[in-house]
Amino acid sequence: MKIKAQISMVMNLDKCIGCHTCSITCKNTWTNREGAEYMYFNNVETKPGIGYPKHWEDQNRWKGGWVLKNGKLELATGSKGNRLMKLFFHPEQPELKDYFEPWTYDYETLIHSKRKNNQPVARPRSLITKEKMEIEWGPNWEDDLAGGSTARADVNLQNIGQNIALDFHDIFMKYLPRLCNHCLNPACVAACPSGAIYKRDEDGVVLISQDVCRGWRHCVPACPYKKIYYNWQTNKAEKCVFCYPRLENGLPQICADTCVGRMRYVGVLLYDLDKVADIAATENSQDIYGNMLDVILDPHDPDIVKMAREQGIPENWLKAAKESPVYRLIKEWQIALPLHAEYRTVPMVWYVPPMSPILHKQASSVHFPEAEAMRIPVAYLAQLLSAGNEVVIRRVLDTLLDLRRYMQQRTRGEATTEFDEKYGPHALYDMYRLLGVAKYKDRFRIPAGMNASQEEKRLHQGVGGFSDCAFGGCSGSAGASGCSGGGCHE
Amino acid sequence: MNTFFKKFSYLAPKNKSESGHQAIYEGGRDWESMYRNRWSYDKVVRSTHGVNCTGSCSWNVFVKNGIVTWENQNHDYPETSPDMPDFEPRGCPRGASFSWYMYSPLRVKYPYVRGELADMWRAAKKEYPNALEAWKSIVTDPEKAKRYKSARGMGGFVRSTWEEASEITAASMLYTVQTYGPDRNFGFSPIPAMSMISYAAGARFMNLMGGACLSFYDWYADLPPASPQVWGDQTDVPESSDWYNAGYIMTWGSNVPQTRTPDAHFLTEVRYKGTKVISVSPDYAESTTAADTWLNVKAGSDGALAMAMGHVILKEYYVDNTTPMFVDYAKRYTDFPFLVQLEEQDGKLVAGHFLTAKTMGDKSAHSEFKYYVLDETTDSLVIPNGQMGHRWSDKSKWNLKLENSENGAPINPVLSFIDSKDEIKAVTLPFFGHLDDKQTLDRHVPVKRLHTREGVVYVTTVYDLLLANYGVDRGLGGAVNTDYTSDTPFTPTWQEKYTGIAPDMVIHTAREFADNAIATGGRSLIIMGGGINHWFHADVIYRAVLNLVLFCACEGKNGGGWAHYVGQEKLRPAEGWGAIMSAKDWQPVPRLQNGTSFFYFATDQWRTDEMDTDDLVSPLASPRYRHVGDYNVLAARLGWLPSYPTFNKSGAAIFEEAKQAGLTEFGDVKTFVAEQLKKKELSFAVEDPDAPENFPRNLIVWRANLITSSSKGHEYFMKHLLGTKNGLLENNEPVAKPTEIKWREQAGEGKLDLLVDLDFRMAGSALYSDIVLPTATWYEKTDLSSTDMHPFVHPFQPAVDPGWEAKTDWDIFLTLGKAVSKLAKEVNMPVYRDMVAMPLQHDSEAELAQPGGVVKDWSRGECEPIPGKTMPQLVEVTRDYTRIFEKQRALGPNLANGAVGAHGIAVNIGEQYEELKARNGVIRDASLGGVKAGNMTEVATGDVGIGCPSIEDAYQACQAVLTMSSATNGAVAHKSWAKAEELTGLTDLTKMTGGRSGEHITFEDIVAQPRLVISTPIFTGNGKDNRRYTPFTNNVELLMPFRTITGRQSYFLDHDMMAEWGEQMATYKPILAYAPMREALPNDGTREITLKYLTPHNKWSIHSMYFDTPQMLTLFRGGQSVWLNEDDANEIGVTDNDWIELYNSNGVVASRAVVTPRIPRGLVYMHHAQDRHINVPGTSLTGGRGGTHNTPTRIHMKPTHMIGGYGQLSYGFNYYGPTGNQRDMLVVVRKMKEVDWLED
Repeated sequence: MKIKAQISMVMNLDKCIGCHTCSITCKNTWTNREGAEYMYFNNVETKPGIGYPKHWEDQNRWKGGWVLKNGKLELATGSKGNRLMKLFFHPEQPELKDYFEPWTYDYETLIHSKRKNNQPVARPRSLITKEKMEIEWGPNWEDDLAGGSTARADVNLQNIGQNIALDFHDIFMKYLPRLCNHCLNPACVAACPSGAIYKRDEDGVVLISQDVCRGWRHCVPACPYKKIYYNWQTNKAEKCVFCYPRLENGLPQICADTCVGRMRYVGVLLYDLDKVADIAATENSQDIYGNMLDVILDPHDPDIVKMAREQGIPENWLKAAKESPVYRLIKEWQIALPLHAEYRTVPMVWYVPPMSPILHKQASSVHFPEAEAMRIPVAYLAQLLSAGNEVVIRRVLDTLLDLRRYMQQRTRGEATTEFDEKYGPHALYDMYRLLGVAKYKDRFRIPAGMNASQEEKRLHQGVGGFSDCAFGGCSGSAGASGCSGGGCHE
Repeated sequence: MNTFFKKFSYLAPKNKSESGHQAIYEGGRDWESMYRNRWSYDKVVRSTHGVNCTGSCSWNVFVKNGIVTWENQNHDYPETSPDMPDFEPRGCPRGASFSWYMYSPLRVKYPYVRGELADMWRAAKKEYPNALEAWKSIVTDPEKAKRYKSARGMGGFVRSTWEEASEITAASMLYTVQTYGPDRNFGFSPIPAMSMISYAAGARFMNLMGGACLSFYDWYADLPPASPQVWGDQTDVPESSDWYNAGYIMTWGSNVPQTRTPDAHFLTEVRYKGTKVISVSPDYAESTTAADTWLNVKAGSDGALAMAMGHVILKEYYVDNTTPMFVDYAKRYTDFPFLVQLEEQDGKLVAGHFLTAKTMGDKSAHSEFKYYVLDETTDSLVIPNGQMGHRWSDKSKWNLKLENSENGAPINPVLSFIDSKDEIKAVTLPFFGHLDDKQTLDRHVPVKRLHTREGVVYVTTVYDLLLANYGVDRGLGGAVNTDYTSDTPFTPTWQEKYTGIAPDMVIHTAREFADNAIATGGRSLIIMGGGINHWFHADVIYRAVLNLVLFCACEGKNGGGWAHYVGQEKLRPAEGWGAIMSAKDWQPVPRLQNGTSFFYFATDQWRTDEMDTDDLVSPLASPRYRHVGDYNVLAARLGWLPSYPTFNKSGAAIFEEAKQAGLTEFGDVKTFVAEQLKKKELSFAVEDPDAPENFPRNLIVWRANLITSSSKGHEYFMKHLLGTKNGLLENNEPVAKPTEIKWREQAGEGKLDLLVDLDFRMAGSALYSDIVLPTATWYEKTDLSSTDMHPFVHPFQPAVDPGWEAKTDWDIFLTLGKAVSKLAKEVNMPVYRDMVAMPLQHDSEAELAQPGGVVKDWSRGECEPIPGKTMPQLVEVTRDYTRIFEKQRALGPNLANGAVGAHGIAVNIGEQYEELKARNGVIRDASLGGVKAGNMTEVATGDVGIGCPSIEDAYQACQAVLTMSSATNGAVAHKSWAKAEELTGLTDLTKMTGGRSGEHITFEDIVAQPRLVISTPIFTGNGKDNRRYTPFTNNVELLMPFRTITGRQSYFLDHDMMAEWGEQMATYKPILAYAPMREALPNDGTREITLKYLTPHNKWSIHSMYFDTPQMLTLFRGGQSVWLNEDDANEIGVTDNDWIELYNSNGVVASRAVVTPRIPRGLVYMHHAQDRHINVPGTSLTGGRGGTHNTPTRIHMKPTHMIGGYGQLSYGFNYYGPTGNQRDMLVVVRKMKEVDWLED
């Protein structure tokens, strides 16, 4: 057993209000610059919908993630040799039109316009070609079911044979925020011909070295979530960095910190690295979720803790793992699920499926519904979050509804015996605290402080922040020199 | 290695980490510092956004190398409770994108003047001896005036200087003062709480000048007139965290995730506490996604749904089964038990007025404002405590103790006469189910016969009347509904044809709502929003909805009651702010004009009004006037509403005429004015809006996008106020010609001489202004922020200084004040004797002016014109224009031993005034030498501010506000609670400060952390001991009266105008549906469809103003968009993202179509704030540029909103007055044939 620590995120879709604050604060910090305009490390999609980039979930088209070939994992884009053939031409590359052509406006016209016969107006101008343009698509074009026809083209809807759904009376929608899943079995890492992509040892964050990336772009199609973007200015690929500069200081990611719906949770998971390849290769894709739970280790188990300690997991990480909100949501209560586990990348961003309004015809006969009486079809959620396994979705939704029944009775001072028997005396109340009360300190539990020797820390204290090599020397030893990347080793 | 060769490292060996887990190629991880450096910053500053969303979110603004790089929300609000979610983080994507504006290409960096005007001004300045003469030479020359006015909005700004721009402004304002009177100068800025010092800056300047500030809350149609009608209170609502106390929530026309983004989590989270959520919305809205049940009511029919729910609750929880909790509440806190006279009209009995003590022969003071209940204990009529008559004559009785006010004996009011009736009588009630078929309903009530001075009268209770109105069967006979299946008003079956909601859904929801209230002690909550508040009959809809929370005893309970979130605000430190903004420290009264009336006349919308009141009033009445403008004339005459400009002559001219007549004493002048009015020697300006002497001449806009966002009837603004290109498609005479307003063949065009806009971005209002002054952004100034969504006060702070030549609003108005004073000195302007006409104000004794709600018009000889009684009060104000600046920057001596207050509770703040001398420093005479106090500039001998506390900079103004207000200074709070004891006869109220009497929240405190306000009686609820704020708990728990005539929550309004309009009680009225065009356009073969036009809030603009950041526009369609149902779109051959035109007689919009299955057929949504400066092409119908979201709208004024001088139906600024409602519109939609960008 090889124990690793992973920073993981859970998003409670039930609380997502579709406001896109996460996208904006992320964009302002990371991708508000030339070459990155079209990138949203974090974006939010209205489901049903085809998303950003268009149809990203349609792997027949994009060949993202892993497939099983003779029981073995292979990148869907093909074998290594096959990929080598595609070095200079990759047919599964999304193009700008699949994302959108970023634009600005001729704002200056408004101030500097000469006297005219009509009010001056700021027209859109492409940030790529710098020419005037008509806006035909954007990163959130389908907001709140705008368009309609693309909502029906959602591959998840088509898979469940509901492509003509969306009857007005029983219509439904929900929001899906997405970022890099910092997978345990990342397809991007495997696909990179330059070896520029790596999964950090200490926290599992997947990064693309901007020094090493050569812009081959094999990672772009390989990621089934289409969360790697090609910077047309630097000719390098970029992706969500899980805000590691914040994580390193014990702060949650910007998207999580600024989530005004308070639906994001961040914490540590311990997992068994040795098992990852096996579970990614689980034969029946509907079993992957269950197997993923097996890979995640119990941080309260003294044997696990001992072993983890021996393998070098720091004490503060072990403590954080015990207090981890994501562990409770994912493993203890099993109400958070992986997005499209069937892509076999073993994603580490998890989702609590949303409740939704009661179907039109049943609304006047029930107080709280059963899972099947809610608008978002269980089968649809199963397509997103359980590789089609409806039993899993039904179980989670029923738990959430039981939680509400339990709390209503408790709030009104009525007996809750029925639930205490089913869930034990504390589980529902604890779940209520974390989902409902959701204090900042309970949503986020991130170990702070560099994992280094006292000597290294002392050295860093003196040179931290200096960006040239004058103070720390240019030894190139990873992490310890206080030296920035970029120019140092060219 | 160069990059090309590096590419061939595909097969290079890789290094593995010790565990073998992490594979790294060359270079290691040193590069990671790249993103670390991006994340680093030099400074973090707590600030916020001065945006009219009332979010009032505390933000961290990050600065790096002197550049603001980004902003994230703060998490450090004081904790709500260990068992509740906290307020963190507050802030939405719109706030998160704000810093873009600071360095954006549309930032206004310098003062700008319209090119044509600048040329003429620069020439005239050389030609004429002073600026006043120079200005006169331009505006009095019709050709010159037209030249620059018709260029408004058409580009061609030239760069100016502060000196020039402020001199032009000063010249225009002083010229107007001299020529027409100061009440022809206007200022517009909304929602003070969002940056209250910036608001106060301009208001103080305008008020010292004698100009009028225009209201906004009613103008935006965000004011729910039902609130003053029912409670006598403008709007008091729960903070958002109180939703977490609710057991059942209905979001009714409120799209919480979109419009209350930072608060929405309380709604999603309380569901885990077992709370059920119902969404009432025509479309599948964002709020619907968080609901358990969607009631997809047809747009505008909400009143029918509410009436039917009320029917179910009354029948099941009052009549068929008595619910003790509901009945007890009804007796104590509502007017249910009060007695109403039935009056005979055309041989039928109709609901009349409350039975007053005066009618019964009581001669005590204000007996006309004392009302009866039947006491079960003594079986006699008694006057309970707490009524308006007590408020102004016997304060010890102005409380809600259930006592006989005459002897203090405990009483038990009877709700119904059903067990003690003398007779059963049929009462005829108005019904408005169909516009073309108004009906009456004859329904039976139990009555008592009383012998009064006026003979025998029949009385019943409000409760009995209301049951009759709702059609609840009580076995009294008459046309009632024996069960829910009968299709008569107001059963669940009846409502379905209006709402589309199945009857069993209505019954189910009503029961759940009431059952929850019983199970939780009143914790059933209705969050109401613009979806039901922006209609012409919004107050009628609201009253039907509010009745539900009153029936179920939910109001005044944490987690229950109403929660209106539509442009509402709560300016927490109200008293100190009020004193500064009104310039009350220097002068007795400000001019505060209701916006809707002003714009209705100023933009000449009255000239094409499509309403005929004959179609709208009660079937039991004929309208007093057919044209609604006439009602406004009545309201001005009777002192109901303010009306500026007031007279067709200036104050100085009137004083001069009085002097000619030998009258100089102000008392005599007042009588003179009344006589002149009666003789029609003097008239109200509103009687002749198109006379040049009655034009508004100057308008300063700040913190607003008045012209292209808030202009209901936008194209009328273009034509009449501005005199520039407009998109009006029709110009018809009004359907009913006015009788009280002079009709001139020539309407005024380009009435404004000068439009000045303070802005940091060149958007609509700036584009159409004559002068644009560069103002500081929200991260460049010092200010205060508060809201009703949370209970904290927190600051704006400059993260960096104002960029380029920008100044803060506070400094800009000081600059203008300085320019005015300088010019006034130059031209030796004499002291101006001004006469201010004040409306009869709520919470003053003037609310007793017109008892019984009986309309008596002196112009018809029905009474004498008596200032302050039957007409506006008149107040003399002298204005020394050479000293405007001196007064602006000094906190004037009227406060040295003066009182400040709000809502009728005013206390002496002499100590605080002294304290401010130390805290802020005093204005010192610089010529006397010594150290300069603070940053005092230019203090000369004779400066009137010498010795006063300084408020020369915004920081000092903040400190003054915090020091003088009860919410932020415990000493003031303590005094206010003591005052409340005095006003009510209640005791032990000072404990309500919760031990915080010694606390003073300073600016430094709120810089450290947002601070919880101190509990104060100026609001109706209290946050004592960190309790979650919800309104009316002071009334329900402390027994402070509601500020209504009965002192209770009102089901029944007995004003004559309410009877005329059939709104004495809640009812259902259909929406207006005037044809989009009076004459259809010639058919050119384009397929068209007529749809209801709604303008709900926008997800991709920064609230209702800012629709231009690329971050936001990129996240949707990149410009104006209009949503419509896919089947409707299909019918006219429109597909998603097609260019469409939509039009009616008011103008044309050119927009992209958003086609969706999410909204029902029959509607289009054009989200609010879609300005016309971004990505808007021309329209073929006008040949001009497409309009804004307010282009297809126009003002529909409702006369009942104009009532005044009668209890809670008395004027207050932003408190009562006609709303600028903009729903009730139809538009024609069609595909655009070709797109012309009109770049010439």
